[in-house]
Amino acid sequence: MSYLVKGETGDWEVIIGLEVHAQVISNSKLFSGASTTFGSEPNSNVSLVDSAMPGMLPVINKKCIEQAVRTGLGLKAQINRRSVFDRKNYFYADLPQGYQISQFKHPIVGEGTVILDLPDGETREVGIERLHLEQDAGKSLHDQDPKRTFIDLNRSGVALMEIVSKPDMRSPEDAGAYVRKLRSIVRYLGTCDGNMDEGSMRADVNVSVRPVGSDELRTRTETKNVNSVRFMMQTIEYEARRQVEAYESGGEVVQETRLFDSVKCETRSMRSKEFAHDYRYFPDPDLLPIEFSQEFVDEIKASLPELPDDKKERFMNDFGLSAYDAGVLVVEKETAGYFEALAKGRDAKIAANWVITNLFAVLNAAGVSISKSPVSSENLGKLLDLIADNTISGRTAKDVFEEMAETVGDPVKIVEEKGLTQITDTGEIEGIIDQIIAENPKQVEQFKGGNEKIAGWFVGQAMKASGGKANPQAVNEILKKKLS
Amino acid sequence: MAKLTELTIADAADGLANKDFSALELTQAYIDSFDAARDLNVFITETPDLAIEQAKASDERRSKGDTAGTMDGIPIANKDLFCTEGVLTTAASHILDGFKPTYESTVSGNLKAAGAVMVGKTNLDEFAMGSATVTSYYGPTKNPWRGSNNLDLVPGGSSGGSAAAVAAQMCLGATGTDTGGSIRQPASFCGIVGMKPTYGRCSRWGVIAFASSLDQPGTFTRTVKDTAIMLQTMAGHDPKDSTSAPFELPDFTAALSGDIRGLKIGIPKEYRIDSMPEAIEKLWQQGIDWVKDAGAEIVDVSLPLTKYALPVYYIIAPAEASSNLARYDGVRFGLRVPGESLDEMYENTRGEGFGDEVLRRILIGTYALSAGYYDAYYLKAQQVRKLIAEEFNQVFENVDALLTPTAPSAAFAIGEKMDDPIAMYLNDVFTVPSSLAGLPGISVPAGLDDNNLPLGMQIIGKAFDEETVLRVAGVVESQGNFTAKPSFLAGGAS
Repeated sequence: MSYLVKGETGDWEVIIGLEVHAQVISNSKLFSGASTTFGSEPNSNVSLVDSAMPGMLPVINKKCIEQAVRTGLGLKAQINRRSVFDRKNYFYADLPQGYQISQFKHPIVGEGTVILDLPDGETREVGIERLHLEQDAGKSLHDQDPKRTFIDLNRSGVALMEIVSKPDMRSPEDAGAYVRKLRSIVRYLGTCDGNMDEGSMRADVNVSVRPVGSDELRTRTETKNVNSVRFMMQTIEYEARRQVEAYESGGEVVQETRLFDSVKCETRSMRSKEFAHDYRYFPDPDLLPIEFSQEFVDEIKASLPELPDDKKERFMNDFGLSAYDAGVLVVEKETAGYFEALAKGRDAKIAANWVITNLFAVLNAAGVSISKSPVSSENLGKLLDLIADNTISGRTAKDVFEEMAETVGDPVKIVEEKGLTQITDTGEIEGIIDQIIAENPKQVEQFKGGNEKIAGWFVGQAMKASGGKANPQAVNEILKKKLS
Repeated sequence: MAKLTELTIADAADGLANKDFSALELTQAYIDSFDAARDLNVFITETPDLAIEQAKASDERRSKGDTAGTMDGIPIANKDLFCTEGVLTTAASHILDGFKPTYESTVSGNLKAAGAVMVGKTNLDEFAMGSATVTSYYGPTKNPWRGSNNLDLVPGGSSGGSAAAVAAQMCLGATGTDTGGSIRQPASFCGIVGMKPTYGRCSRWGVIAFASSLDQPGTFTRTVKDTAIMLQTMAGHDPKDSTSAPFELPDFTAALSGDIRGLKIGIPKEYRIDSMPEAIEKLWQQGIDWVKDAGAEIVDVSLPLTKYALPVYYIIAPAEASSNLARYDGVRFGLRVPGESLDEMYENTRGEGFGDEVLRRILIGTYALSAGYYDAYYLKAQQVRKLIAEEFNQVFENVDALLTPTAPSAAFAIGEKMDDPIAMYLNDVFTVPSSLAGLPGISVPAGLDDNNLPLGMQIIGKAFDEETVLRVAGVVESQGNFTAKPSFLAGGAS
């Protein structure tokens, strides 16, 4: 179902494109040997080049080229074996050179594709326009002193990949799915850690609207530096609504740069005078064009891991999982790995269910990633085996699982120590049932009077009386016999 | 024996090797000459204490038998565009007030590592923008040569301080940088040898940038042989400069065989311009005769795009400069003139910090790169630049080197052409084309004009063929036998 903004004059479609800035995983910066470690003391990771001292020259970090190519390959994109660094000129206190080294006319990566996994299990393609390398700027700290601004250049010169999508998204959900997928891909590739709260990934959100049925592209606005998926979606909702209202009240949408205010949940125009830049791009004469061979590309290609789309496909084909379950399991490489270890030699659908329903709940509650899961895939596997060979009931298993999550315990030991082994001795179960029947003549009457639903109540009582250990199947069968 | 200040690098190196004198004595002799020459305003910063310390260290190395090479103990000066560790570095600009780098440029570092003794940092046009060393915040440098009317003359520029220092015998050699002629033209004006090697031969790391695609460090010396010695020490691949050429250095001194028999020397007809004084025409013809006499073959060649070189240069160089000079913003080093806002601080700092010529070029460059003008100016200029380089390459299929005058005039009076930037820019008409093509060029003093002012001949070579350039220059030098001394020296100052 498509996302439309209902206006007074009719329905409006939303056109969305994203420019995602992803920090490259590399030990040193794009053009200097300074460290890229996050959270260091201000101005401790700054070389003479990063602080743009007179006479300093940039030298390309080959690792960053590799990472950009790797990302391009992961986006199934055109790799440009010749690309050029340009200078983007503007003045700001945290931009020491007075220009940012970026790629303008000849980016290192051209057109590619990202496949979105939508909540209903459907997929949708979003085109990639380009990916280019550029330097990050430093940080201005306005809150350290009442009069002065302080500058931290630790980020200055850190390599970013700017990944520009085509205007192919039509809803906040699309945009959310796109960023999540992009994040998943770069994390698989090891080219960006995707940590949005550390600023490793952030996006400029381009939004325009048009009446449904029209194919014109109207003026878009660009909301800068939005740093969470939720904020991106809120930006789109707000901007779409604002633009529709502007058009419907006879106004216009101005092409401009806006800022998202996460407190008020709205976007605001940045003053145009300050930001109407003419960047005066020109090729950086301090750097030669980047040129590399097809062999270089092929080598990187050969080292790519299985990516989420391929993994999802395999999980569906080999394990018979639904598109939704497979999609959920492959988002993080570690989750997929956990699942595969668990599913090996077991019922894959049951394994998937346990991971998605029970394990995720535990992880979310504890706020930890799967690599720090208190329940290892080995232990969860043992638990599934205990269910499969009828040692414990599914209900008991849930209790055992909770115990495992709490104590990081081995399910076999927990079952043994707590005496949770399922009662399959029909004599013992019969005894329990006989007693329940004897104590509840009224319910027996109801059952015999045709109220078959009361059977469930008897099962429940029997299970309760057995401390959950009675085999539910045996309980059912014996009850049926006794009550008939 | 000649006075220590009259030696060449080669002679001084021999003298040091033979223990005729010590590096300290040699250095002291040069430092002692500074007082009498102070009126020339050659140095922005004199570094006598550092020089003496370095000279002593050199003597100590020598006494232990481990000298660092031919340049060990040789007093030199560095253009104040080279960053020197712990020594004020200004680019002759107010905006770099108090800037003492924590690092040493590759080129000055190479000289330092080879034992050369730095006696000072020489004056220049602000940020190397100029052809007369008159735009310096520290005032103009005077040419040691005086005209017959006894006017104070410019030493040329932008490396005028270095040229004047070598001509006035205040050091044995000096570094310079050449963007459109900033070594060759002042060498011609001061009657000494000045060489700009191929773009990429000397590292630009630590050299304050003017126009990155053109800037190239080079040498000022009194002889061609000294040029070969000094260049050998300065040049070489530097991984810190992405545009530095990854080539092994040839033996430049070995190239000075004196034998140019069979070489083809091209004479470009487009360098015969209308306004050129007759003395220069005559000297050029003489130069042609010298190389012919030495056995070279003279070939008339044509470089029809020459006339576009100056306009192309005055788009590309300011465009790059406008971006390169953006870092002088008052935030991290040098001058800061406060303001109520960040923008106002920028405006105040840059408005006060830069001189008129620098501001002019920043404005030209900003304009040339602006949206709507980029294609018509910068892009077009780059296209023509490429054609100019191709044209040189074609000519070099048939000749080994080109012989031209270095500049269209001899030194002019301080104050002249100041109000006419275009006339000033014309100084570089013979040097700019080869700069655009990145080719090596040298100016060798060849004779005097009617006012007894020196004139240089320029030899231009193929890319990375400094050897041929030096070999031809050596022949022009010996045939011309230029022995005239600047009036500053002839006037009895020592």
